[in-house]
Amino acid sequence: MLRMIGQRLMTTIPSVIGVIIVTFLLTRVLPGDTAAYFAGPAASPQAIIEIRSKLGLDQPLPVQFVSYVTALVKGDLGTSLTTGQPVTADLAARLPASAELTLAGLLLAMAVALPLGILAAVKQGSWIDHLCRVVATAGVSLPVFFTGLLLVYVFYFLLGWSPAPLGRLDVFASEPPRVTGLLLIDTLLARDFETFRGAFAQLILPAVTLAIFSLAPITRMTRASMLAVLGADFVRTARASGLTNRKVIGTYAFRNAMLPVVTTLGMVFSFLLGANVLVEKVFAWPGVGSYAVEALIASDYAPIQGFVLTMAILYVALNLMIDVLYGVIDPRVRLEG
Amino acid sequence: MITRRTAIAAGLAAPFVARSQAQAQAVGRAETLLLVQEYGPNSLDMQGIGSSQPVNGVALNCYDRLLRFKPVPIPGGGGNTISMGELEGELAESWQVASDGMSCTFKLRDATFHSGRKVTATDVKWSLDRACTIGGFATTQMNAGSLEKPEQFVVVDEKTFRVDFIRKDKMTLPNLAVTIPFVFDSELAIKNGGGDPHAKEWLKNNIAGSGAYKVESWKPGVETIYVRNDDWKCGKLPQLRRIIARDIASPSTRRALMERGDADVSYGLPPKDFKDLLDAGKVNVVGVPIPNGVWGCYLNTQVGPFKDVRLRQAVAWVMPYEKILQASLFGRGVSMAGGTDPKVAWPQPFPYTSDVAKAKALVDAAGGPFSTTLYFDAGNATVAEPMAVLIKEALAAIGITVEINKVPGANFRTEIAKKTNPMVLNRFAGWLDYPDYYLFWTMHGNNSIFNIAAYQNPALDKLVDAARFAPDKASYDANVIDFVKLVENEVPMVPINQPTHDVALQKAIGGYQFQPCREPDFRYLTKG
Repeated sequence: MLRMIGQRLMTTIPSVIGVIIVTFLLTRVLPGDTAAYFAGPAASPQAIIEIRSKLGLDQPLPVQFVSYVTALVKGDLGTSLTTGQPVTADLAARLPASAELTLAGLLLAMAVALPLGILAAVKQGSWIDHLCRVVATAGVSLPVFFTGLLLVYVFYFLLGWSPAPLGRLDVFASEPPRVTGLLLIDTLLARDFETFRGAFAQLILPAVTLAIFSLAPITRMTRASMLAVLGADFVRTARASGLTNRKVIGTYAFRNAMLPVVTTLGMVFSFLLGANVLVEKVFAWPGVGSYAVEALIASDYAPIQGFVLTMAILYVALNLMIDVLYGVIDPRVRLEG
Repeated sequence: MITRRTAIAAGLAAPFVARSQAQAQAVGRAETLLLVQEYGPNSLDMQGIGSSQPVNGVALNCYDRLLRFKPVPIPGGGGNTISMGELEGELAESWQVASDGMSCTFKLRDATFHSGRKVTATDVKWSLDRACTIGGFATTQMNAGSLEKPEQFVVVDEKTFRVDFIRKDKMTLPNLAVTIPFVFDSELAIKNGGGDPHAKEWLKNNIAGSGAYKVESWKPGVETIYVRNDDWKCGKLPQLRRIIARDIASPSTRRALMERGDADVSYGLPPKDFKDLLDAGKVNVVGVPIPNGVWGCYLNTQVGPFKDVRLRQAVAWVMPYEKILQASLFGRGVSMAGGTDPKVAWPQPFPYTSDVAKAKALVDAAGGPFSTTLYFDAGNATVAEPMAVLIKEALAAIGITVEINKVPGANFRTEIAKKTNPMVLNRFAGWLDYPDYYLFWTMHGNNSIFNIAAYQNPALDKLVDAARFAPDKASYDANVIDFVKLVENEVPMVPINQPTHDVALQKAIGGYQFQPCREPDFRYLTKG
């Protein structure tokens, strides 16, 4: 097991190096002059030159790259010009917010999509199968910002059931002492149930928005792989042996159908983590997605590089986790690994 | 540890805990203001390089200057604005310009910094020296008021400070009231500066001032919380004890928060939302035509078809002024069409109106048809895009084909610095509301970045320079009238409209104060 993890990690090193080089070059190729942008509207050419040399942008590219990598080795991702803070601090502050939102959205999506997918496969062609198709098509065809705004309009603006979309906490609530950065967990650790309820209420709408979007791939994948498994010989054998329907589907079919579903879950999770920018914008959620986009608009290199690198590392970690999980679900994979 | 027993106990106690907290918050809410804005400050030091627009608000509320602009009522009601020439003391108890008009002496108030230390003339000198030498925008702005060298700032004694003028410039004193020359606690800054004479890194993240508010917490990109400085000496103690400024990127969300009554004040909504809010009547919308601000179509006078003055005039004649005002600003502005006699004011309507026949005749005389490209900053797309489309449509009628090019924010500056773009839409607004100041930036031969039309005319330079350093009002007025006449005829820039600076406030919020930096001034706001 450890050996497998070690081998897997070794193979990721080249891709991480590739990511570092590509993001560095890409951000430099981006049109736009960072120094001019940050010198402000009334700056003289002299002021722009001063800023450029302060940022080290007047150096040749290889020199810039070497200093970037040297800093990177020390764990320094540079300073964001849009927030004025070190990128590492920004990412550390924002990643938990994105992770909490994405996890909540994903769990919610799984809670709906897995049973729906299984039922649709078991009762193929029934009304539940059609419902599954409609939900999946609707979910994937509605853009997230639209679903988000629609939910805000209905549940906050018209009905007033949902709290104001002001971010992770109401303005008058105070944040619990930071342990994990996930508010739902931190408030429980601090036994601050009032704030827990507040944070939970703030989380519902954005999580539902994300869940609606990620429903489609999970439902479809569950249905498809369940169908394949249900048609397999061992399921027929199990049925022939007189096992209950529940046992056949729950124990034998579902576990075997899980492999492709877990792969999809991993993909959906990492995709959502970076791509929920629009949800973050609509709900003023202080996550990494909106952070990266704002930096991109301002040609602010450091946060973009930091963001891409973090995402790459997360991908690697996630894929590794999924590989390990494969072994848990299907012992054959473990042996071959 | 959370055991089952504690969980049950907490669950039973929760309703009571919740109620007592709710009561405490009810008191808090009455004296707390919730401001929602698109984005917040990226630093706490407005003099620092690369500070974003909202940092002006930090400078305004957390620091004091020698002087400030005196509040004067907004003509249409709704609060106060400022008038350039009218100043009052902030840190200065009184001030006196010398009889030769070449220096000004300030007597300082008995004010204290947030640290408890007394404000002295040494602090004022350190701060103004810093603004003049730190480089970047702060230094440019200081120079705009002829504040150029540290030698100009003299400590007379602990409570007396003198500014020596290098030339007579009517903008020197107003320039001491803008958000750049504010006063730091110099001892605190030097102590924490870690060897940097400007303490840039420390002041970026810390407040060392004497202003009406302190920053209680600052989470860049999320929120800034201000609390009142109860020992503020430089004005009437503000009513609001606490200000929470949340960054809400989506304008639709900000509007929903305002309409539901959850947010107290919102800046920077699209003009359409302001109009809708105003029509719905649930919240107040206060609009001030931005002083010295105008949306203009800059026509390149050095390259491309608009070298020919007849074509520039044709654009001015065909500009759909009224349509643009309604379709892109939703009426939140003042049209710049059909002016009569030139006045001593800027911006002012030029004598052109939408007259297609006249425009067509001019294009024909110049040997049309032509084709050209119109550029604008994608960051301003909400307003500039409909504007560009209407201009394209109008110019097509007189034989000028326009291609629209939307330039991303970070590129726009590079693009206009080239000075080769035939047509550019841009909004420029000077902090110091003088006609000569505007022209100095946008049409003067010094060719600043904002002279997008690359206009070069020694006759204009002479008039602008003469107005800038005019010895008396009569000669100033004469010069202004002359240069207005000149640019009305030459039109390197076709003024389209003067936009309104709008703010949405709940009905319970009073005391709105407009500032040239266009950031909220919490010191005057009231609630209830």
